[in-house]
Amino acid sequence: MWEKKPVLLMVLATCTILAGTIITMILPFTWVNTKADRIEGVVPYTPIEQEGRDIYIREGCNNCHSQTVRPLVAEVLRYGEYSKSGEFVYDRPFLWGSKRTGPDLARVGGKYPDSWHYKHMDSPRSMVPRTNMPDYKWLRDNPLDAEAIQHKMDVLDFPYNNPQIAALQTKNEMDAIVAYMQKLGNDINWRKATQVEIIGELVNPYAGVDHITMEPWESVYRNNCAACHGEHLEGEIGPELVGDNYEEEELFKIIYNGIPDGGMPSFSALGSDKVWQLTNFIKYYNQGEGESH
Amino acid sequence: MEKPSYNTDIVRGFVNWSIIWGLVAVLVGVIVSLQMVNPDLNFPPYLTFGRLRPIHTNAGIYGWGVGFIFATFFYMAQRLCKTPIWSPKLAKFQLWFFNATIIASAVTLLMGFTTSKEYHEMEWPIDLMIIVLWVMFAINIIMTIIKRREEQMYISLWYMMAAIIGIAVLFVVNSAAVPAALFKSYSAYAGTNDANVHWWFGHNAVAMALTAPPLAMFYYFLPKSTGVPIYSHRLSIISFWSLIFMYLWTGAHHLLWTPVPDWVQTLAMAFSVMLIAPSWGSVINGYLSMNGQWHQMRDNYLVKFLILGLTFYGLQTLQGPMQSIRTFSAFIHYTDWVPGHIHMGTMGWVSMIGFACIYYLVPRIYGNEIFSIPLANLHFWLILIGQLIWSISMWVAGVLQAGMWNAMNPDGSLTYTFMETMVEMYPYWWARAIGGLIYLIGVLIFIYNLYMTVQKGKKSSSTLTEAEGRA
Ligand code: HEC
Ligand code: HEC
Ligand code: HEM
Ligand code: HEM
Repeated sequence: MWEKKPVLLMVLATCTILAGTIITMILPFTWVNTKADRIEGVVPYTPIEQEGRDIYIREGCNNCHSQTVRPLVAEVLRYGEYSKSGEFVYDRPFLWGSKRTGPDLARVGGKYPDSWHYKHMDSPRSMVPRTNMPDYKWLRDNPLDAEAIQHKMDVLDFPYNNPQIAALQTKNEMDAIVAYMQKLGNDINWRKATQVEIIGELVNPYAGVDHITMEPWESVYRNNCAACHGEHLEGEIGPELVGDNYEEEELFKIIYNGIPDGGMPSFSALGSDKVWQLTNFIKYYNQGEGESH
Repeated sequence: MEKPSYNTDIVRGFVNWSIIWGLVAVLVGVIVSLQMVNPDLNFPPYLTFGRLRPIHTNAGIYGWGVGFIFATFFYMAQRLCKTPIWSPKLAKFQLWFFNATIIASAVTLLMGFTTSKEYHEMEWPIDLMIIVLWVMFAINIIMTIIKRREEQMYISLWYMMAAIIGIAVLFVVNSAAVPAALFKSYSAYAGTNDANVHWWFGHNAVAMALTAPPLAMFYYFLPKSTGVPIYSHRLSIISFWSLIFMYLWTGAHHLLWTPVPDWVQTLAMAFSVMLIAPSWGSVINGYLSMNGQWHQMRDNYLVKFLILGLTFYGLQTLQGPMQSIRTFSAFIHYTDWVPGHIHMGTMGWVSMIGFACIYYLVPRIYGNEIFSIPLANLHFWLILIGQLIWSISMWVAGVLQAGMWNAMNPDGSLTYTFMETMVEMYPYWWARAIGGLIYLIGVLIFIYNLYMTVQKGKKSSSTLTEAEGRA
């Protein structure tokens, strides 16, 4: 019968598409973002962070970067604690993304020091030679518009104070995006919580190994550490590394767990074997005939 | 019966402009694929990957896809209803407004005015333009249907009506936002809710723009091209209702393993698998309609495009449900596998049907026979090869990448750093760029062929223009 009645057909079609819509799209509103999934410590963006977020959107960073860590073993190892609904309650719009041409950024806050981000945003390839991330040095040339940002904070109904707005006068878009990067995933204190308490005695599996074998270890250093500590351990974003300053065990722990407050990332994901290689490499870099340069 | 005088001007207009936007989409596609292998090709602030990629996707879906949807719907509606278009004036205005909207979208996206929501990146003033555009179109088509002189409504009209309503509902709900400036707004929904609303929109945009309309075209243009009716009307009706019912439950298959409630994910997974049935209902209906006509695959280039397009649709609707299964999604989500899926759908299914429709329409709306069938065949092979290189290289890349992301050492640490996995993608991204270039050449040949048809084609025999009848 509806084959002859277009209006009836359209009404029926509308009802048909509303069924799934109501159940899977409208119904979840009664749970999500209610008290049930609030997380203490998750606070709205500050003016500069929110502006950084808007720049992230404007530049389409979400086309290469996702922002949710899924509760899967390899993923948590790579990026950190998996994402919770309550961490996103101030996100308008959501920025979870659908493609990881670059790494996930949900937990990048606090992973690196600010200086790393500035250098990386200026020219990603200067730090990671084969990356395809575009240069964003030009963001430094654009000052922030404090008034417009204040208006946006009002629209979002986020709290702010006058010093925060005044501080924007001297900042540029690069400062904003770095501030946003440092906020990401940092409202819950997961980095400290996931630090591994290393118990028992640490045994250096490479103790007494000839320094010739250090050659392959140098590439591990170059891939993971050189961007911050320099090609020859001379220091740049991170301090100069002088082997004599540390005990082997101490070095192992620093590399394995990082120094979260100091901007030194944790490298536990490399596995203890590689961390031992690095330990030996740093400890004995300036000693003996086995040097590879 | 006396033949009503159908309006072909409007069909011409939309055919021409959809081809122009299609060319833009493919060109920008090639550019972004090259930017992924060579970041020196980013020219800030306007021409960076982050800003160009949405222009590529929107030009593809809205400029090209919706452009030829307008063209074919105006053509089909008039003939299936045996009545001229309800308001030619409105339709003419719609053509200009369509182009204005696409241009405004492209310019604002280049300037960085974006909501970041995939396939809905345009900011609120453009959203308003799109809504006006769609309402104009809806009124014109629905009034034409209401004023029809053929009592029965053919299945194509059903799909057209469903698409018109579906897109309206999806688009309006997902547009909800609070403006903060002329080209800046904040979504009305936050975080997890925003994600769930958005992918309810996103997946059903696939249903209502990239599935229902090409099916409407397929059901109309296949019988027109072969001269044999569709195998089973009943099967097409069952597929129709179950398709539009099931699609709306599946949005969360884009959000598996995310903080979206588990039961929403599970429903999405179940309904996605069930969707195989209505999807394959249409595929089988199409194949069975070819019974005794398979020789036309050789003789009739239109059939070649239509049946291969349908085959890609069939593969797409098997691959999609597979991707909706949690364990599989854990593996391939976020990898290059997914663009492989997408482009089998867009470059294969949607575009192949589009090319077939346009090859069918141009001789009829311009009154000239097609300039060169060998060129049309060459076009066919180039886009087929280009698309296969594109998708297959991405599937291989995606599996490789997923394997490396998940590889672990015996001591429970990761085997590869992110960059070690990423540099492995370069050869495949190169292959994809080459596949894209081949496809682009195919599209250029298509355009040349049509241009020559209009300019130099032989006047067609009357049978061609008169060949209207029931489907
Ligand atoms: C063409 C894709 C692409 C675009 C666009 C892009 N990135 Fe990246 N990004 C990458 C890749 C690949 C890496 C990994 C290598 C590296 O560190 O450069 C990366 C790394 C990063 C990292 C370091 C992450 C980590 O854990 O080491 C940050 C932070 C980052 N990008 C921020 C941004 C921001 C902010 C934008 C937008 C202004 C952006 N990216 C745009 C591809 C992209
Ligand atoms: C993102 C930059 C960055 C990277 C990458 C990085 N470090 Fe560091 N590292 C730092 C910073 C910053 C400090 C200083 C932290 C502090 O003392 O508060 C530091 C401190 C250290 C220290 C202690 C230095 C001291 O004298 O206190 C050691 C040892 C060290 N890093 C080793 C490594 C090794 C080995 C790697 C590679 C696996 C590495 N780092 C990678 C930034 C980095
Ligand atoms: C020569 C032809 C084409 C080329 C070279 C091309 C290239 C690309 C590239 C490089 C991407 C980005 C993938 C990524 O981020 O990893 C992309 C994404 C996309 N393209 Fe194309 N494309 C082509 C044709 C088309 C057509 C005709 C359409 C639509 C009708 C289309 C729709 C899309 C969509 C929807 C996406 C988004 C994918 C996602 O969200 O993951 N493409 N394309
Ligand atoms: C039964 C039918 C289908 C199902 C169940 C399905 C399922 C899926 C799934 C699960 C994804 C997400 C992949 C991921 O990110 O992990 C996806 C992505 C996508 N599919 Fe399909 N698919 C179907 C048919 C189609 C068709 C016919 C098209 C037509 C072109 C299409 C176009 C797309 C696009 C454009 C995306 C990318 C969305 C994004 O930006 O992430 N799909 N599909």
